[in-house]
Amino acid sequence: MKSPKALVITAPGINCDLELSQAFAAAGAHPESVLLSRLIRQPTLVDKFTLIGLPGGFSYGDDIAAGRIMAALMRKEIYPALAAAIERGTPIICPCNGFQIAVQAGLLPGPAACSAASSSMNESMSINTRMSCNQQLEEWPRIAAAPMVALATNIGERFHDAWTGVEIPANTRCVWTHGLSFDQDCAMLPCAHGEGRFMTDSNTLETLEKNGQIALRYAAHDNFNGSMNAVAGICDASGLVFGLMPHPERFTRWTQHPWWTRMSTTQRAGDTLGLSMFKRAVESVVGP
Amino acid sequence: MLWLEYVTTQRYTRFMSASHLCASQIQIIHRVEVRPKSGCVDVRGSSLLRRVVADSGVAPELIQHAQVYFFDGDLNETDLQFISQQLLADPVTQVAFTCASVVPKLGCTIEVHPLAGVTDPAAESVELAVEKLVGKAVRVRTGERWDFHGTSVAQGESLAIKYLANTVVQAIHVAPYMPTQFPLGGARAVQVKEIPLLNLAHDELEKLSRQAHLFLDLPEMLAIQAHYRALAREPREIELETLAQTWSEHCVHKTLKSRVSYTEKSLASNSPSLLARAEKISGHTLGKSGELVIDNLLKHTVAAATHSLMDTTKPGSIDWCLSVFVDNAGVIAFDDTHALCMKVETHNHPSAIEPYGGAATGIGGCIRDVMGTGLAAKPIACTDVFCVAPPDAIVPKGCLPPARVLRQVVAGVRDYGNRMGIPTVNGGVWFDPRYVGNPLVYCGVVGVLPRELVRGRVRAGDRIIVLGGKTGRDGIHGATFSSAELTDSHADEFGHAVQIGNPVTQKKTLDAILAARDTNNKPLFHAITDCGAGGFSSAIGEMGKDIGALVNLDRAPLKYEGLTPTEVWISEAQERMVLSVPVANVAQLQTLCNDHGVTMCDLGEFATPNQELILLWNGTEMGRLSMSFLDTGLPNPVREAVWDGEWHTRYTPTLHASARKDGAGLLDTLCSLLAHANIGSKAWIIHQYDHEVQGTSVIKPLVGKFGAPGDAAVLQPLTHSTRGVSIANGLATGLAADPYIMTLAAIDECVRNLVCVGSDPTKIAILDNFCWPSCKDPRHMGSLVRASEACLDGALAYRTPFISGKDSLNNQFTTESGETIHIPPTLLISGLAIVENVERAVTMDAKKAGNMLVLVGLTDARMGGSHRSMLGDCAGMDMRLPMVDLQVGPKTARAVAACIASGLVASAHDASEGGALLAAAEMAFGGDLGVEINLHAMACEKNIPIAACAFSETPSRYLLEVAPENISKITVMLADIAHGVIGTFNNSGLFVVGQEQIAVGALRAAWQSAGENW
Repeated sequence: MKSPKALVITAPGINCDLELSQAFAAAGAHPESVLLSRLIRQPTLVDKFTLIGLPGGFSYGDDIAAGRIMAALMRKEIYPALAAAIERGTPIICPCNGFQIAVQAGLLPGPAACSAASSSMNESMSINTRMSCNQQLEEWPRIAAAPMVALATNIGERFHDAWTGVEIPANTRCVWTHGLSFDQDCAMLPCAHGEGRFMTDSNTLETLEKNGQIALRYAAHDNFNGSMNAVAGICDASGLVFGLMPHPERFTRWTQHPWWTRMSTTQRAGDTLGLSMFKRAVESVVGP
Repeated sequence: MLWLEYVTTQRYTRFMSASHLCASQIQIIHRVEVRPKSGCVDVRGSSLLRRVVADSGVAPELIQHAQVYFFDGDLNETDLQFISQQLLADPVTQVAFTCASVVPKLGCTIEVHPLAGVTDPAAESVELAVEKLVGKAVRVRTGERWDFHGTSVAQGESLAIKYLANTVVQAIHVAPYMPTQFPLGGARAVQVKEIPLLNLAHDELEKLSRQAHLFLDLPEMLAIQAHYRALAREPREIELETLAQTWSEHCVHKTLKSRVSYTEKSLASNSPSLLARAEKISGHTLGKSGELVIDNLLKHTVAAATHSLMDTTKPGSIDWCLSVFVDNAGVIAFDDTHALCMKVETHNHPSAIEPYGGAATGIGGCIRDVMGTGLAAKPIACTDVFCVAPPDAIVPKGCLPPARVLRQVVAGVRDYGNRMGIPTVNGGVWFDPRYVGNPLVYCGVVGVLPRELVRGRVRAGDRIIVLGGKTGRDGIHGATFSSAELTDSHADEFGHAVQIGNPVTQKKTLDAILAARDTNNKPLFHAITDCGAGGFSSAIGEMGKDIGALVNLDRAPLKYEGLTPTEVWISEAQERMVLSVPVANVAQLQTLCNDHGVTMCDLGEFATPNQELILLWNGTEMGRLSMSFLDTGLPNPVREAVWDGEWHTRYTPTLHASARKDGAGLLDTLCSLLAHANIGSKAWIIHQYDHEVQGTSVIKPLVGKFGAPGDAAVLQPLTHSTRGVSIANGLATGLAADPYIMTLAAIDECVRNLVCVGSDPTKIAILDNFCWPSCKDPRHMGSLVRASEACLDGALAYRTPFISGKDSLNNQFTTESGETIHIPPTLLISGLAIVENVERAVTMDAKKAGNMLVLVGLTDARMGGSHRSMLGDCAGMDMRLPMVDLQVGPKTARAVAACIASGLVASAHDASEGGALLAAAEMAFGGDLGVEINLHAMACEKNIPIAACAFSETPSRYLLEVAPENISKITVMLADIAHGVIGTFNNSGLFVVGQEQIAVGALRAAWQSAGENW
């Protein structure tokens, strides 16, 4: 299997680029970190990659609001290059700060072009139907849309680090999570953020739910940041662009699990949830 | 001119004048307010309201929060609209106004703004964004607005003082603030300033030292006077400041390195005498009148242990210490290609005055130490240990409320560590009322670097390159300030020593430095160090001490105009690193810095003809110092040390009787202990730290399904290898009545913690961190000697070399009424160790019903300094201090490590604070398993009380969970080491001891109760 090139976009204050690159590598991709400043000088760099990651961190300090400055720069400078990449079928993962950036940069939830067409889609949707949906998405607007969802300050006000149980909605069209299933102890991901409370208007929420654009939810009692409908992650209508507050890139080895010492070796066999997500995306571009 | 009626407080103007800032030309300032949309929760406002209600019961009807931004620059309406609507406000959840919204009708508006000259990271971000997005250069300042409904202005202001502002760095405004201009520095005429001291008498020299905040004692001032008399000239201000910084306690540890004469006035019950060490240990001699004379205390105790263990002429000498005591951090081998380094710092005095900034710059400075180790290490983990007063302590004038101190200190470490992307993985909190004026903030950092880059060396002709933050007036005299004793007026006197950091500036700098290290196959620089205490003066002075340096101070990038050359030279502005760069590499380094958005400047050149330090300002010589005088001119008087054991009993821990629950049963006591502030859950702190970033965590601070307290952190630093590093701390302040006994206990605890997670006991390195009251008092010097001697004995016995250390003396506070509060002598032992294979690491949570619980180690009756004793009601207890047996302790550690390595141990936990029964309870609720305990089955001294079996804090004891079929094997492996099978885990959900029983869930609840309402 030839290994696809993964672009990891870094900037001052980004600090999860390393684990994101390692996760791509573990899934069989060839990661390369590129500073946003370099992409701004040369947006066409994006074209030579078949996977993209927006890492977590505190881009430009996150002092105004998480991801605000990085998102504004991306809207202004490299949004068209990213839109083109999505049209080419490039899976993009945006954990934590990446998610906060994506929703403000107009990458998520993205244009609803095929929402009507695909609203009838159900959990049996395959990679192929996803591609066919993608075909209807040739026209990503070249001007970034205004933000429709927000990741607001946690309801508890403070930065919070914890492993949370997660659930993958059966109807999700997300390339990264669709069809993954793990038992309760293993369906967990680490969260670490101060601004992760998913908020949007009721119509948008309804559309996202109906369209299978909810890619990940917090398990019951684990919605510590107070997100609407316990939404932990969403994807665009094509299922390619995946934003989430948890950090799948920090769960690619079993020894990263908070109680791996309680698990039997059989329980720890196979890929972790985090690694599985990255493998899903890699397979979607190179085939299984 | 609406804003004319707005008021600003006296504090603001006071500080303005204090910081010599003068006005720029009048210009309109634009104001933008950002607040939550109606219908969106105001998280900041409502959580402040919750806290106020929880604390006082009475509160405003409603509290609303808004962020405030000021813009000074040529912005038109379109720009302002874009900035307010698209940059500052979130269209989904927030609204922005370009004015000051109205003050609540029945209420007041309070605003909190950083004082002029105080670092404002948010403002720096906005300036950058406006420049990049609007293409205009503006100056920005930020602040916070709080609307209190149903509250008078006076009430509002007192709420602000209690919860929102620290007037050392922030101004409180009692109405929407509308500055007419930003205070700006103005250029100032620079002249060479001489300080006449050639003809000063002793008292005048001492007066000068205090008034100029030099904090040099008389012999030191006399040495300087003699030096300048020989030169036949008066010293210049900048030279005197350089000497004060370089010779400060903070920079040279002159007390620990001094020659000491030690005598013993009284020995408490079981404290060993040290006088017999004379003539037996190198550097220890017998004085004329029978006193013990130690020539350079540090060298012949802490350091001597390491060098003896590394002595290749001795069998089995340690070969994995790569760099000890010489660099910014100690370095040990990790594997064939990589090395690990560790540094632990304290930042006590700044944290007493401004806990948030003090703690943040504390961890920030320690991170820079690691960045400046060898040819740059990458920080991979932080640790934090705090010693604070309990929330209910009496607060003297000039001290902040303890609860606020702890919350702010935690927030400071959180915001710096998380933003740098370094996991904070281990720590602890110790409560004692005597920390009320001197909270202790210990910050540790572990780093990883390639083995071939462990040493750097400055070459003559290298450029002196500074990377990172700009230089401001912040942090002036931080180094000398740490030599001062705090008083009720210190906040006013030393406000300038306090600073706010900007972690993202440091993260950028780290990225640029690592790129400069790795881009080519060899680093672009010959040496690197950080700007810490003393700023440029110590960093460049240290780097150039053998060859000299020529420094052009005028070339340093400034935060604002108007700094004098001396201020530039000694400013401790954060986030600056100094590199020694060959001329040929300067251009490439500049390119890297541009890519990463890092400020770089060339201050001058290393090496001068006569190994001097030459300081220039636009070509004019401001100062010239002989490096040799700077390095070796410090006099080393003999310091008197007296051990007065009786007097030291004052440092036995004070009662926390408030924690005592009714009931005389063992389990009632157990619940009281679980709820004790020192022992109870710290989850509220741990969850604020990102301990997952970098994806390396194998054993986290809280372990098991139910978040029980782990013994040590384990990390896997390299993805391609399962080799790991463990990190832990040992602190035994309960035994402060004899720091010799206390120190051995701290070393033993640190080793126990590391062993319990599966560390290799032959590859443990430790660090010492002394926080002491003033050692000008011979009795405190005496206890410092005892602690140092215990470091020597402990390190040799456990074969755990010290690789780095630090001390913070003068931790005492004098109240308005003249009473002096001394902190208990406090020594933190931090350790890091190698874990051969992280996949074999062990946690402390009980794993399986049917498994048995083995207590390893002999329990004795001594309860002195134990947490049980802190609960009061100690009649009939043996109040002697428990003492480590230096034969048994190390042997037990090795045996337990062997049992764990054999894979026969399901869980392991060290029996420490609270005793064996408490440790068993933590294992049970960590694994949500019931257990039946038989205390009579433990190995203990003959006929000791059952309460001692349960709660004695005898060191060198471990609890191991072992499957029944493996018990016999474990017994064989433990051989002659005392141990007993004291219980069996089950699924009953009950914790049973003799006739008493309690639900395991109730024990967990008691433990968690200590972490509530923070």
